[in-house]
Amino acid sequence: MHPVRKQRLYLVLFLVFFSSAAIGLVTYALRGNINLFYPPVEVAAGLAPIGQNIRVGGMVVDGSIQRSSDSLEVRFEVTDFEAVVPVVYTGILPDLFDEGQGAVASGKLDANGVLQASEVLAKHDENYMPPEVAEALEASKARMAGQSPKQEYAQ
Amino acid sequence: MWSLFHKFGSPPWLYRLSGSILRWLLPITVIALVAGAVWGVLFTPPDFRQGNSYRIIYIHVPAAVVALAGYYVMAIAGAVSLIWRMKMADVAMRACAPIGAALTFIALVTGSIWGKPTWGTWWVWDARITSMLILFFLYLGVVALYEAYENKELAAKACAVLSLVGTVNIPIIYKSVDWWYSLHQPASIKFTGGTTIDPSMLYPLLLMIVAFYALFTCALLLNMRAEILQREQRTAWVRRLAAAGESD
Repeated sequence: MHPVRKQRLYLVLFLVFFSSAAIGLVTYALRGNINLFYPPVEVAAGLAPIGQNIRVGGMVVDGSIQRSSDSLEVRFEVTDFEAVVPVVYTGILPDLFDEGQGAVASGKLDANGVLQASEVLAKHDENYMPPEVAEALEASKARMAGQSPKQEYAQ
Repeated sequence: MWSLFHKFGSPPWLYRLSGSILRWLLPITVIALVAGAVWGVLFTPPDFRQGNSYRIIYIHVPAAVVALAGYYVMAIAGAVSLIWRMKMADVAMRACAPIGAALTFIALVTGSIWGKPTWGTWWVWDARITSMLILFFLYLGVVALYEAYENKELAAKACAVLSLVGTVNIPIIYKSVDWWYSLHQPASIKFTGGTTIDPSMLYPLLLMIVAFYALFTCALLLNMRAEILQREQRTAWVRRLAAAGESD
């Protein structure tokens, strides 16, 4: 290659490498607090601020959803399998919100450690399958329940 | 190898080559798009959790995948333009930007429409979605920057630098769902290990991804041909072409 072109090639590589390094370092520094997200174990340990907008996410605990009979108020608990955070929300929940599924609640913690949610979002996973396949998996999971209780879908 | 590389710098040669590629690639693209869309929408089973709403995946994922890949095409064209000062690389870089912007826009809009019923929101300032929005602005930035200069050589140089710096964003978008806690689910199609999408749903998705790559190529070549003709309008070969009234 012509020396001038070679020099320009090095310049291009230098440009890409150093801008990547700079932005990489910035994003690495922001890693933890990019969206003020707290796992339930940190909320339970008192690390989350009270009265400030935060997001708490995890699995909705099986059997924890309680709907009020005369309003849209819903109470449920989210867990990361280490700690549990109770959540109160008034409003319409997304279609995919269900027990045993991922959810993210954003709102303020009150003095009793209950999250007063202003928004509840459902998180869905990367598994896609027809209902028949899901049923078959569920059935085989039930059969194998004695051996491996923590098995998940499509693994 | 270098002689072939230098041939790409020749406008009439590139114009003829793109003409013969388009002649068979365009019909294939249309067939693949129609077949993939019909297969995906009508002949796949509904999802066990999302029901029928997941079918938007057949537009959303291919658009997003090709929007990312298209950025690398633009950045590589930009690098070639910076290093070898090849005019046709400027043309390619310039032609990528609006197509990439359109694909990114499609991915954002379909993602938003999909997000409302499944997550419960149209938009969240989440790592994956925000980095995708930045990609959209990068593409628009290249278009705007190119138009901002009177001198097209300076414009190409500025755009090449912008597109090269912007490549940082591509791995960030790709890995955002693993690095940050994101509402967006991780990739279902993986290069290593098993995919987590049922084969009956996967094959039409793969066909749509291939179809979108072909669509990108067609749009890129068509854009480049228009720009080549405009740049070379005073040359003998374009005059001859115009006089003969040929389309390729």
